[in-house]
Amino acid sequence: MAVKSPLYAVPKMETKGPELKPMNDTIFETNSLNLWYGETQALKNVDLPIPEKSISAIIGPSGCGKSTFLKTLNRMVELIPSVQTTGEIKYKDTNILSKDYSAEALRTEVGMVFQKPNPFPKSIYDNIAYGPRIHGIKKKSILDEIVEKSLRDAYIWDEVKDRLKENAFGLSGGQQQRLCIARCLAIEPEVILMDEPTSALDPISTTKVEELVQTLKEDYSIVIVTHNMQQAARISDQTAFFLNGEVVEFGQTEKLFTKPSDQRTEDYINGRFG
Amino acid sequence: MKYIDHSQVKKKINSRLRLNSFLKYIFLGATLFGLVVLVILLARVISQGLSWIDWNFLTGHLSMDPEKAGIMGAVLGTFWLMLVVIFFTLILGMGAAIYLELYAKKNRFHSFIQTNIANLAGVPSIVYGILGLTVFVRFMDLGSNILAGGLTLSLLVLPIVIVSSQEALRSVPQAMGEASYGLGASKWQTIQNIILPAALPSILTGSILALSRAIGETAPLVVLGIPALLIPFPGGIMDRFTALPMQIYYWTLDASLVAEYANLAAASIIILLLMLFVLNSAAILIRNKFQHRF
Amino acid sequence: MTTKSEPITKNLSTKELIQTNKSKKSLKKLFEKIIPAILFLFAVVTVLTTLAILYTLITEAVHFFQRVSFTEFFTSTNLKPLSQNPSFGILPLLSGTLLSTVIAMIVAGPIGLMAAIYLSEYASDRIRKWLKPMLEVLAGIPTIVYGFFAFTFVTPLLRSIWPEIEATNILSPGIVMGIMIIPMVASLSEDAMTSVPKSMREGAYALGATRLETAMKVVIPAAISGIVASFVLAISRAIGETMIVTIASGSTKNFSLDITESMQTMTAYIVEVSSGDAAAGTTIYYSIYAVALTLFAMTFLMNLLARKIARRFREEY
Repeated sequence: MAVKSPLYAVPKMETKGPELKPMNDTIFETNSLNLWYGETQALKNVDLPIPEKSISAIIGPSGCGKSTFLKTLNRMVELIPSVQTTGEIKYKDTNILSKDYSAEALRTEVGMVFQKPNPFPKSIYDNIAYGPRIHGIKKKSILDEIVEKSLRDAYIWDEVKDRLKENAFGLSGGQQQRLCIARCLAIEPEVILMDEPTSALDPISTTKVEELVQTLKEDYSIVIVTHNMQQAARISDQTAFFLNGEVVEFGQTEKLFTKPSDQRTEDYINGRFG
Repeated sequence: MKYIDHSQVKKKINSRLRLNSFLKYIFLGATLFGLVVLVILLARVISQGLSWIDWNFLTGHLSMDPEKAGIMGAVLGTFWLMLVVIFFTLILGMGAAIYLELYAKKNRFHSFIQTNIANLAGVPSIVYGILGLTVFVRFMDLGSNILAGGLTLSLLVLPIVIVSSQEALRSVPQAMGEASYGLGASKWQTIQNIILPAALPSILTGSILALSRAIGETAPLVVLGIPALLIPFPGGIMDRFTALPMQIYYWTLDASLVAEYANLAAASIIILLLMLFVLNSAAILIRNKFQHRF
Repeated sequence: MTTKSEPITKNLSTKELIQTNKSKKSLKKLFEKIIPAILFLFAVVTVLTTLAILYTLITEAVHFFQRVSFTEFFTSTNLKPLSQNPSFGILPLLSGTLLSTVIAMIVAGPIGLMAAIYLSEYASDRIRKWLKPMLEVLAGIPTIVYGFFAFTFVTPLLRSIWPEIEATNILSPGIVMGIMIIPMVASLSEDAMTSVPKSMREGAYALGATRLETAMKVVIPAAISGIVASFVLAISRAIGETMIVTIASGSTKNFSLDITESMQTMTAYIVEVSSGDAAAGTTIYYSIYAVALTLFAMTFLMNLLARKIARRFREEY
């Protein structure tokens, strides 16, 4: 009889062993967060503390609400008409769902990287400088510095430094996505939300983006939605498993993938559904 | 027993195929019919009018004497009209399209405005002429000047500009707007810096096509009372004017009195068609240059 | 790798720069509120246009109907606005409009539909890519040019074949108007036909039907409401067309159905009266509003009908 083992290898587990490091202080905390698209409820009583300066992964089958949850963290869901929310999301102890909290201010501190690379139809330089510019930074010398620093931090500087004036559409898909990450870094956010950032990329580009994400956690709090469980296991410190709009389980990634406490989590990571 | 006799079918199939290929050519002929007429029309106009186009005709003042008559005043009038029309339709059309596509809630008022725009696009141009006569010429007391004509033509093509601008805005991928919002940009910053620049080539293409529709319009101008024979050149939007289509109209009507007027009309048509050709080429160039960018 | 805490300028990080800029943003906030309001007003201009059209047409037509009775206007076959004893019956204009529209549709209907069949069922993509824009050139020619063509070319041509035709007649502008409308019928019908699902055609081909049989028995029946909508729109366009009939059909106000005669349409009447210096306040001046209101109502109803039919078609697919 074969011993039942997780379908997905968790390389970290072997090196670090069963000893789990404690979570950092929380930067985001949701309390009884509910969300409806018209009549259908997409998030049900979500209570989730998200620690800072680390990578939190959100996994779950399609339509489980993981992307919706991510987009409530920087209030991008508001762009969809007929969305209603109840409950609260505390960012640094302030409820960002309250009316007086400006979505624009929130989004300068909580950046986002999207599923498909979405550069603007502008030059590479202007893509990076866009964020600082709309926030009132106009001086060329400062912008030059920000552009170079952001591109360096996103490990794409060497590839594009000679063609900063060229249209960003000329870059490959993987380069475009790293450009989008650099664009996000340019406004120095506290948190970076990533919505399946590698789902449109080839394996080599995916590896590069994953390595980049790993280095970014030194300075940023990262929340990444993925339906690639290997990716969650590879790069995240803690993982939340969403199902039908609810958080089934949240905990250290190693523990969640090796000793899940909920039967549904075990079924999911063993590939029984989703 | 068999219901289908395959040998019968085979015999019939040849005649069916013959009918098919025969009618194919009839259909092709129908498609080409319009083009043949177009060629005849152009050949006719060019053969009749080309020899009348000379420097004096292009730069001269209007005159009763066909040998002396020049078209400059009408060309200038048409240019002035274009300026007024492009100014008002671009601002109003783009603004209304931005509101309808990006700001308006998709409620009943929104669908009412959309239906209304569709209805306006179907109103005959002469009705716009009556509107312009009543509101601009008489009520606002502008008289038959360039501003009154331009405003009338602007209202006439506004629905076209709005609809094509809306399509242009709709074709900008949502992901681009999201990227901008994600960086903390406000709605107007996103529209101004990302969505509008991306949609602008298509908006311009649509507006130029609408403009070319406007400068060919005659009926509203006739109703506005644009004069037949106007000697001075217009110098500003408050001046009285005549336009190319008006000149063509009067020369065609009076051809039964002075036969040469028909030739002058043909020569003016060549100039008008050339202007339309330039406008349409510009629109196509813009479209091709910026197509498939995202 | 540099870390983000490293200052980007001498003593401020990007974040601090953004924060300092944020405090100056109250003006921008006002801007964000005002702009949608202004753009809303632009959109409202279209509603105002409709209201202005209705208001001017109706108020001035009311003046007209205070002087001329409804029954006279809609039932009298006499239109003599300038005579000593004037009469204002719209029927002569309606007969002219009807006749020119029917002639135009006899030309544009079959030819436009056949062109649509060719473009959607027979032509290769490459040929279609060439032919369609060429046909659209036809639709882009100003109507005044068609008027000139009808008057100076088509009429003399018709008279050389059929000498009874008058120098101004309703036949010639009707034909030319039909040619002008061909692209409209062809293009809208073709849109309707190409939106018929491919699987339907394949079903017919797989049974051994020829292209012709597929077009006639499968595609056209499936697209019929879209095709009818294109015809209705074309009729509405023909009713509202002005310059061709004004130039080539003259101004005889006869209630007749003789296509060789000069006849006036509603649109041509409006042109004649408004360019003839009719003094404001006279019955003849007000009459153009009554005629224009009738014209507006007719085209409006046709457009409404076309949209209704087209919407039903869209619901089917």
